[in-house]
Amino acid sequence: MARILEIEDLSVHFPINIGTVRAVEGVDLQLEQGEVMGLVGESGCGKSTLGFSILRLLRPPGEIVGGRILYHGQDIVRMGEKEILSLRGNRIAMIFQDPLTSLNPLFRIDKQFIETLLTHEKGLAKGEAFNRAEKMLEDLGISPERLLEYPHQMSGGMRQRIMIGLGLILNPDLLIADEPTTSLDVIVEAQFLDLLNGLRRQYDLTILLITHNLGNVAQLADRITVMYGGSIAEVGPAEAIFENPLHPYTQGLLSSIPNIKLDQPKLVTMPGSPPDLVNPPQGCVFHPRCSHTMDICRHEKPYVSKEDGHLVRCWMYR
Amino acid sequence: MLDVQVIENMEELLTVNNLKKHFPLQKGFIDNLLAKEKGFVRAVDGVSFSIKKGEVLGLVGESGCGKTTTGRLILRLLEPTSGDVFYNGKSIFSYSKKEMEGMREKLQIIFQDPYASLSPRMAIGKAIGHPLAIHNHKPKAEVEQISLEIMEKVGLTPASFLFKKYPHQLSGGQRQRVVIARALVTNPEFVVADEPIAMADVSVRAMILELMVQLKEEFDLTYLFITHDLATSKYICDRVAIMYLGKIVEMGPLEEVFKNPIHPYTGTLLAAVPVPDPKYRRTYPIPKGEIPSPINPPPGCRFHPRCASAKSMCSIHEPELVEVHSGHWVACFE
Repeated sequence: MARILEIEDLSVHFPINIGTVRAVEGVDLQLEQGEVMGLVGESGCGKSTLGFSILRLLRPPGEIVGGRILYHGQDIVRMGEKEILSLRGNRIAMIFQDPLTSLNPLFRIDKQFIETLLTHEKGLAKGEAFNRAEKMLEDLGISPERLLEYPHQMSGGMRQRIMIGLGLILNPDLLIADEPTTSLDVIVEAQFLDLLNGLRRQYDLTILLITHNLGNVAQLADRITVMYGGSIAEVGPAEAIFENPLHPYTQGLLSSIPNIKLDQPKLVTMPGSPPDLVNPPQGCVFHPRCSHTMDICRHEKPYVSKEDGHLVRCWMYR
Repeated sequence: MLDVQVIENMEELLTVNNLKKHFPLQKGFIDNLLAKEKGFVRAVDGVSFSIKKGEVLGLVGESGCGKTTTGRLILRLLEPTSGDVFYNGKSIFSYSKKEMEGMREKLQIIFQDPYASLSPRMAIGKAIGHPLAIHNHKPKAEVEQISLEIMEKVGLTPASFLFKKYPHQLSGGQRQRVVIARALVTNPEFVVADEPIAMADVSVRAMILELMVQLKEEFDLTYLFITHDLATSKYICDRVAIMYLGKIVEMGPLEEVFKNPIHPYTGTLLAAVPVPDPKYRRTYPIPKGEIPSPINPPPGCRFHPRCASAKSMCSIHEPELVEVHSGHWVACFE
């Protein structure tokens, strides 16, 4: 398998008046061609910031302060504005949580598709662009007549399908989906995951699925990365993460989510709350909440230990 | 269908009888001038159920199914189009405004969004004691004492330290605890919890859910637990009622409904719940189609356009909610 994306030692900081928010700190992540990588964690863990950094879409004052993001071997961090523009949409697409705020309410759906196509493919005939939009709607399971409607005339699920269509119309090979189903109802969410699974094969996509919903990653992801407090806690194949979570944070997270298939009378709760990223704890960021804290955890950041493609940052496995 | 006889059964704390709420559609000036027929959003369209003392009934459904409107009608935060709600055998719509204010001590609500339901300019200690200040004119020191006690009980500790904090100084989980404390400070009997954990993070959700279960025992509460999340309802509800387009389609003991769903909508809903375990990866697709508009709901059974086992009669006649096993009610012709 070819490596499509390789993030090395990436750090993203937000200097604000009370100090510097270390949103992402020394993150390594590799995406292989064709896989779905689930990036999970709670709010504020840095997962969305990481996603935005890949397309260099960070809002000020956020900036990449160190590390590399290699996309097919090219470093995105050091690219000029022109080069990055040619990647966005063409090669790497991103879809966001709320389709209502990402679609332009004043333009009909066809115009939004045509505009996207004409901006990126200069010299394309308008009729041809329209035909491609029609074909895309069929792939999305929406009747092509609806191209003539405005976003407000569509249901939430349909709008989210349009969003992914706009993302895929230029044939990118990497899709970053940031909480794509969070605003959707449970049945529509399941339908959307079905669609994403189909499109992934049809369009030969590599997907970075950023979500807090472990149910969704369990449905779709081949591998899972768990983030906590700006760092990566654990990476591994989906089955391994769910069956044999190594990091105490992953263990806590998994036992605190409701599972409809399990006969478990009570949820296990994790004490404490996520760290303040302006003043992160010394050593392992999870140590103040961890029930296995050792002396070393308080002073030294754990390094990665490996076990058959299952990586964990925890001193218990050194 | 439930009828008036049920009301005499005193172990029911709350009985809802054929409750309806139709919101008139806002129309433009010209349309009004031409006196065109007014449309209605049939948000709640004939809902009946009852809750026993000490029970937790889950009201589950997708957005727009009418679950929140039902919750608000029960607390008379909205006036119904028709139907009635009996609390301890007496219709809550028969109370005068003044009497209803007195009742509000006993009937409380926990809202979904702790950001929107707390005043950013009121210290949380004061916010928690606020209902007491409104309902019974206790001396300030006593209100403060009660507020501090309830803060301890919901895990807002150290209470004296947090008392003077403002909502923006708290974490999301703490804010939701404030909302819960404020609902419980008047010592209510019945609480509508409207998606109390939907906004919270995964690890916070579990804590809030556990807290609600524990407080229910401690304060001898009865909950109507409104949620869109079937997996969550499993940890707190005794019974569930599944709503679709303003109507209850299935209702029964939680285990029974989960293990043996009868209504096709319940089946689809259960299948769609994402299971956090790749072992249970769904291998078949979820049927297509989305919840239609409640303005012109489909005739007959409202689910029939999406139902795989729909027959011709389903598009003409509307199935009634009938008891198929003891306590298990279904509105389906199957």
